[in-house]
Formats: sequence, structure tokens, C-alpha cells
Amino acid sequence: MPKLNILLVDNDPGRSAIVKQALEDAGHNVIAKLNDDANLSKNVLALQPDIIIIDMDAPGRDTLEQMREINRDQARPIILFSAPNDQRFMQEAIRAGVSAYMLDGLNQTQIMPIVEVAIARFREFQALRKELDDTKSKLADRKIIEKAKGLIMARKGLDEDGAYQLLRTNAMSQNKRLIDVARILVSVEDLLG
Amino acid sequence: MLGTASADYLDVYSQNLYKVMSPTTNNLPEKISLNLGFIPLTDCAPLVIAKEKGFFHAEGLSVSLSRESSWANIRDKVAAGVLDGGHMLAPMPIAASLNLDGLNTPMLTALSLGLGGNAITVSHALHQQLLALDEQVADPYHSVQALKILISHNQRNGLPPLTFAHVFPFSCHNYLLRYWLASAGINPDKDVRLVVIPPPLMVSALASGQIDGFCVGEPWNSQAIAQGIGAAVTSTVDIWHNSPEKVLGVTCAWAEQHPNTHQALLRALLNSAQWLEHIDHRAEACAILTANQYVPVAIQDLRVFEHGEFQYSADKPALPAPDFNVFYRYAATFPWVSHAEWLISQMQRWGHIPTSINTQEVAAKVYRPDLYRQAAQALQLPTPSIDRKTEGSHDKAWHAASDSGDITMGRDGFFDQVNPELRRTDA
Repeated sequence: MPKLNILLVDNDPGRSAIVKQALEDAGHNVIAKLNDDANLSKNVLALQPDIIIIDMDAPGRDTLEQMREINRDQARPIILFSAPNDQRFMQEAIRAGVSAYMLDGLNQTQIMPIVEVAIARFREFQALRKELDDTKSKLADRKIIEKAKGLIMARKGLDEDGAYQLLRTNAMSQNKRLIDVARILVSVEDLLG
Repeated sequence: MLGTASADYLDVYSQNLYKVMSPTTNNLPEKISLNLGFIPLTDCAPLVIAKEKGFFHAEGLSVSLSRESSWANIRDKVAAGVLDGGHMLAPMPIAASLNLDGLNTPMLTALSLGLGGNAITVSHALHQQLLALDEQVADPYHSVQALKILISHNQRNGLPPLTFAHVFPFSCHNYLLRYWLASAGINPDKDVRLVVIPPPLMVSALASGQIDGFCVGEPWNSQAIAQGIGAAVTSTVDIWHNSPEKVLGVTCAWAEQHPNTHQALLRALLNSAQWLEHIDHRAEACAILTANQYVPVAIQDLRVFEHGEFQYSADKPALPAPDFNVFYRYAATFPWVSHAEWLISQMQRWGHIPTSINTQEVAAKVYRPDLYRQAAQALQLPTPSIDRKTEGSHDKAWHAASDSGDITMGRDGFFDQVNPELRRTDA
């Protein structure tokens, strides 16, 4: 069975590197990786991929849709969601943020494993990014709490533990999160201090 | 997901102008929390206003609006049930029902989100060439005749074809651009190159010389004109007066499973369209559209929407264009089956679908005036008694019979078929 040629379009270079690697590890052939979709139709015509894996948020998707119209005489890309005709599969792809087009006339069963690899990697990447964002915001929160504690210590002459306890009691009595009380304190200090 | 609702819904109750019907026990919405998709364009306003001015809330709905980056995304997410419905190009539910997108998910519309709203803008260089041939190029007839002369000249001299962009294969932009070109004997499939570019990227594509002109919705024409990158040669309502544009699209399965929610959605949008109809509400609407990044442009780019005047080029004063965007009057929200029939006829004309398709049958399945009437009557709004009008047959304002008195209708002539004296919208 000849290898299928895959074109990967994703403006997130980190994610597309991971997806490309995964596809190649699974024995597929990634002929090109585009980081932007500005000249998408030109690239598709020049590269003649069998399958296009594209970031769902790429505005260039509408350009691919039109290629069905202009390439009436040639093989044209059709959206792959139509293949399994399965809403769950489609939702999974949408939640992972990936969309795929294949050339009209290709066998769908040949293509499904490729799309599954892409969906899995997109989803993994999304989870990683969320974890990173969460970690970043936790770090930022911790900095604010430290600053608020420092302010209380200076004003009230309390030690670190005492400052923390005061912050905590205050948050509980106001039915607020600790970080929210700390944030108010820091912003008031910025304003008045 | 955008912004938090600054919903001033008490406002809605306090104004008798907008009749609000609370759901009774028999017609409680099956689903209350909804996600609707939209593309950043002026004509997403009925959705945004329904949320921000509390019209959805008044119907007991909690709606999240999701800004999408492509029409394909809206279609796929609606088909997969990730979105409950969305801002769609009028031909999209038709294409879905004919399975042209291959998703096997028939869609329908029971409400138009307005009439008009697009224009054809060409690059500064092309505008200069057209002006040299005809000084009156801010007019669909003069501009396309000049374009025909230029294209013939270019072909004789072996120059590459001009490239025009529109926004989606199944769009009113595509079919009105083709109609306009073909009226002067320009073959849109041979004499020019037609490409698709997403609306927010149009202006930069014109600036970089990647394209020579485009047909797109506002505010993107105004932005290109204000920046001196291009000049408009016609609005699409000057090609076909009061032409259809966007609709509220849902899948047929969703409409069947959520008949009461669908009705509540239609009522909310009917109230929103009436609110938008008042030109003195437009300044507030502009502020709402640009805040929270619904339509991420400078507020002055929304001038045609705010004041009803359109500036064709940076060096000319703005001209009155009261019908550039029509949200409610002229039965603008009514899903005219004849609109769908015209669009299907154009899909056939350009070989996008076989001529064997039964136009009337498909149009009547996708466009649902029966569902519209149910919602409009609940609000005691007049609805046309007919489902179809003879498109192109009204050169002047006319009256459509309704269940409660006549409705004043705008003209619906095509520029190449009407008396030249009446060609301009502001004539």
C-alpha cells in the first residue's frame, strides 16, 4: 500500500512539531508543515497532499472549502467528518480543535488511523497547555498572596504565620477566596501606597 | 465565549414597544442554556443585541455567543451539536440540506438576520484604472462595464486575470459577485480568478496585492476604504435591492427536538431586530459590538451601520445609504422561500448543483415561514400572508398583504433589469 502524503497546517509550531513526529512515528508521510494559512490554496495545488490536517481555528478552512468548487476537474479536498458519519467522532475532533480534509475518491478506512493520531495529539497538547496555564496562574496567585502577607506583616507587626491566618479568617468571613482578598489588598495598596 | 452580559433586561420590560411573551407552562423551552456561533461582521448585531440588551433573557434563555474563525467552523459545530445554532450565510442551510458539504445533516432557517450589508471594493490601483474609463464607477452598472473593457484589454495584452475574493463557496457574496460580473459578459470562472478569504483577512490581502478586489460584509469594506487601500464600486444592495444575506441556521433535528426553545430564540431575535431598526439605537449598538471584541474594529469603521451612509472612497464624501443594512422593516426577518429559490437557481447556474434538483421543494424544506409566523404572531407582529414574492419585480416600494394590515416592502429589483433612473439605492 503506497504511503499517503499528509499536509499539516497549524500556526502553533509547538503543537505541529508534536503532531508531525507522532504521525511519522506511526509510519506516515508528512510532506509539509505550514505555520500559516495565507497561501493555502496555492500550497495545496503545488503539494497535492492526499490528506490535510488543519487547526480548526485556522481561518483558511473556508479557502479549503472553496477548493471543492474550483477543482471540479481534479481530485478535490472534502471534509473528513463526513466519512464516519458519526456525531461522536466529529465532536471529539472539534473538542480537540482539529479538522481534516481528504481527497475525494480515497478510501476512508485508510485515512481514519491518521486522523485518530492527529486528534489524540491535539487533545494531548491541549491538556498540556491547560496544565501549563494552570501552573502559571497558580504561581502568579502565590506571588500575590506573598505580597499581601508582606503588607499585613509590615502594617500589623505580625509574623508570617499570623499574617496568613488574618488573611484566611478575613476571606472566610467574607465568603471569598483567599486569592481574591489578597488581590484586593494588593490593589488597594498600589492605589494608596 | 465572549463577555459577560451587561444585560439591562428590565429595560425590555419597561418599554411597551417590545412585546415580550413569557413562556407558559405549555411552551417551556426544552433547553435553556444555548451556544450560538457568529462571525465578526456588522450583521451579527441581532445576536449580540439580543444577548446584551436582555432579549434572550426575557425569553428565559441563557445564551453564550462564540466568535468563530470560519463559516466552516460554524457549520461543523452546528452539525455536531457543539453549537445549537448560528449566524449563517443564507445559502449554507441550503448547501447542508443538499449534502454539498458531505455532513449528512440537513439544516433549516426560520428567520433572516437582515437584508444587505455587503459591498464590492477594489484596490486603489484597479480603482484608478476603472476611473480612467468611467468617472461614475461608484455604481454597479458603470463599474462592471468599465471592468469588462479593462479585462478585454488585459486579455489582448496577455496580462494575468484579475483576482476577486469572496467569503465562502455557498455565500450570497459569491452569487452576487458572479451575477454582477456576468451581467457585463465577464465569465466568473474564466475571465477572473475567484478565491475565498475570511472576512477579517480581506483588507490585508487587498493591501498586499494578493487580490484586486473583494466582496465582503461590513465593516471590512469601510476599513479598507478608510485606510486608503481600496474604493467601493458598488454595494450588494445596489446589485439586488434588499437582497437576502445572513440567517439563523439550526439543524432540522435540533429544531424538531427543541420546538419551544426555537420559538423563544425567534421571538428574542425578532425583538432584537426591531430594536436595531431604530437608527437612534445604532450608536449604542456600535459601542456594544466593539466592546468585548464582538467585532474587533475601530468604532468609526461601523459608520454605515451607525449613520446609514456609505463612503465609496476616502476622497469622496459619504453618501446616504439608508438601506445598506436593513434589520426589521420591509419584512427583513421573514424567510422568503423565493430568496432560497433564487439562491438555488444561482447554484444551478454556476454548476454547483445539478439542474435536476427540484428548486421549489428544496427551498420550502429549508426556509420555514410557518415557524416564523408562529413566533411573530405570539408577539403580535404582522407577517406576510405569502411565502414567495416575484423577486426582481418591484422597482419601487410596495405593500405585502399580512394578517394585520399591509406591510411596507422595499424594492427588490436587480440593477441590470430596472430603469437606470432607479438604479441607485438612494435614488
